[in-house]
Amino acid sequence: MPGTLTGIGANGRITLAHGGGGSAMRALIEEVFLAAFAQDPLAPQEDQARLDLAALAQQGNRLAFTTDAFVVEPLEFPGGNIGTLAVCGTVNDLAVGGACPVALSAAFVLAEGLELAVLRRVVEAMAQSAAQAGVSIVTGDTKVVPRHACDGLFVTTSGVGVIRPEHNISIAAGQPGDVVLVNGSLGDHGAAILCARGDLALQTHLQSDCAPLNGLVDALLCAVPDVRCMRDATRGGVAGVLTELAEASNVLVTVNEAALPVHPEVEGVCEILGLDPLFLANEGKLVAVVPASHAARALAALQGHPLGRNAAIIGTLQASAAGQGAVHIVNEFGGARVLTMPSGEQLPRIC
Amino acid sequence: MQFVKEFRNPHLAEALLAQISQVAERIGRTRSSPVTVMEVCGGHTHTIFRYGLDRRLPANIEFAHGPGCPVCVLPKGRIEDAIGIAHRPDVIFATFGDAMRVPGGSGSLLQARAAGADVRMVYSPLDALALARANPERQVVFFALGFETTAPSTALTVLRANAEKISNFTILCQHITIIPTLRALLEQPDFNVDGFIGPGHVSMVIGTQPYAFIAQDFKRPLVVAGFEPLDILQSLLMVLNQIEAGQACVENQYARVVAAQGNPAAMAAIDRVYEVRQACEWRGLGQITGSGLQLRPEWSQFDAEKRFAMQPHHLADLEQCRCGDVLTGRIKPPQCQAFGRGCSPDHPSGALMVSSEGACAAYYEYHGVGEAA
Repeated sequence: MPGTLTGIGANGRITLAHGGGGSAMRALIEEVFLAAFAQDPLAPQEDQARLDLAALAQQGNRLAFTTDAFVVEPLEFPGGNIGTLAVCGTVNDLAVGGACPVALSAAFVLAEGLELAVLRRVVEAMAQSAAQAGVSIVTGDTKVVPRHACDGLFVTTSGVGVIRPEHNISIAAGQPGDVVLVNGSLGDHGAAILCARGDLALQTHLQSDCAPLNGLVDALLCAVPDVRCMRDATRGGVAGVLTELAEASNVLVTVNEAALPVHPEVEGVCEILGLDPLFLANEGKLVAVVPASHAARALAALQGHPLGRNAAIIGTLQASAAGQGAVHIVNEFGGARVLTMPSGEQLPRIC
Repeated sequence: MQFVKEFRNPHLAEALLAQISQVAERIGRTRSSPVTVMEVCGGHTHTIFRYGLDRRLPANIEFAHGPGCPVCVLPKGRIEDAIGIAHRPDVIFATFGDAMRVPGGSGSLLQARAAGADVRMVYSPLDALALARANPERQVVFFALGFETTAPSTALTVLRANAEKISNFTILCQHITIIPTLRALLEQPDFNVDGFIGPGHVSMVIGTQPYAFIAQDFKRPLVVAGFEPLDILQSLLMVLNQIEAGQACVENQYARVVAAQGNPAAMAAIDRVYEVRQACEWRGLGQITGSGLQLRPEWSQFDAEKRFAMQPHHLADLEQCRCGDVLTGRIKPPQCQAFGRGCSPDHPSGALMVSSEGACAAYYEYHGVGEAA
């Protein structure tokens, strides 16, 4: 029962014993993980989750399967923690392929010395996000490594979902004339994490946008079943998605800079550090490409969902000029620039 | 007033562009060669490309992109010095983020970190001093980079370290000054620049008087400019107005930030802590006499070069890179043989490809590779 831990203590820290296969590990699994995730914690624990094929087959004709590793510093930040990210990230990777998420796995690498209270908050956030997304965490694993071998806590989640026959979403399916949409402000997560690290001494109210997008995707696909391309704009930001889209679909993506929704505080952080919100990470934003004739309906569907209120049409696809995909950003001055991806993360400027 | 959006107003930009076109047209009636205006500062270069201002200019007006990006002009040998110190097991090496990717002879600080060096990214020299306080058993070395914009904050940090008697903090001083370099450029016989857009943040510290020789001795106008697109366009118009009128004087467009006398407190900190370094190397330009700063002897306990008895490295720039010709306005980046062919932002071989404020990187990033000048 929560709060009355016997095996691992309420306020202790992870020790190597919690990964040693003995009673301490068993207590950790039962009192932290199973208590939060299991539908029926008392059911016998097998070495694998078993999913009913017939039930899955009723929902669609293809199984989607994805995996993602999560590391973040700090582990907890305004708007969520590493657990929120781990569930939303995998749910979103399924959803943007048109898959209805069904079940997740979660594997934890814990550092010796991690506060149990932190682990509990992470696990609770995972359970909450899973409930919000309507998925179950059905299998998992835990390892403990010596202090310094890992920074607090790493999580890997995998997920399966089912794709309905009518959806054929692909990053290579964009066509000249199509319209590009996003479901809201860009860079909130990246900027919130930068500020949460505390070494900027910037005081902001920024929150990570971390959220499961499967409900929003449902609403969009109901309104516009022939969405052509969809990606969540995580690492590399919207710029990364647009670059991949241009290459894979071999189109020229023209982005109207004035139409990009950016929170004023994110804009401020970017001004100070010389960063571009197009490149900042998001954890609750997607880029969707739809035929121009469905653009208004797609926009209305996104804006009608709580996670898409600030959705916007940000650009269009055109035939690529030299047979090579490219992204152009057109600004209010009538100037255009070519968008290119940096080799790594953007680094703040000196002055 | 947010001091950002207002200076990006596209309608006002159109009005300025129309005025620029009119002046350019009048100038074109009496001279056949194009007018070349050099923006000195890398921040200006970035704005010009970011907003595509270079593509909106009349045919007879050109920008030349100057040497004012402190990260770009970091010589390779200096990066080797930094990497050498960073690899010492007792050292925490603290640096601004954009210096981490600059290639030296054997790699970058980012690669040194991957190889085990304790390299930390900081946002200010005070962050490095805090590292020294928190790690008394380690030597914390701050890579002190930049023009007069950043030199005062390093100076004040050294003074604070002294006041707090912090003995495990030193700086690897690579502060540089723009004035001797502008003079060196102007003294080159084929220096083909008609006027300057002067640096904004450097001028916030040094004021406008140090540029007087450019107008008096070299008869070129200089307008100190802010960093938003309207600042650049207005400053360009002011330079062109002077050229049309046959004048050469120093004007200040960035009066909302820059005072004519600069910032006396910051200048006093610079004077107190540094002296002129006679031999100072700039990547792409070579040695420029008197263009560097070093700690005065009384602060030598904070000098990493002395503490670690360092032998400075000297590494020549690659021959095929024509950074010097780009910096002096003789060629545009795509006219360099190496541009996009072995020299790119991911693998910079020349100085100007290193930082997003370098002319070549800006060209590459915003114009693409295939484009002619």
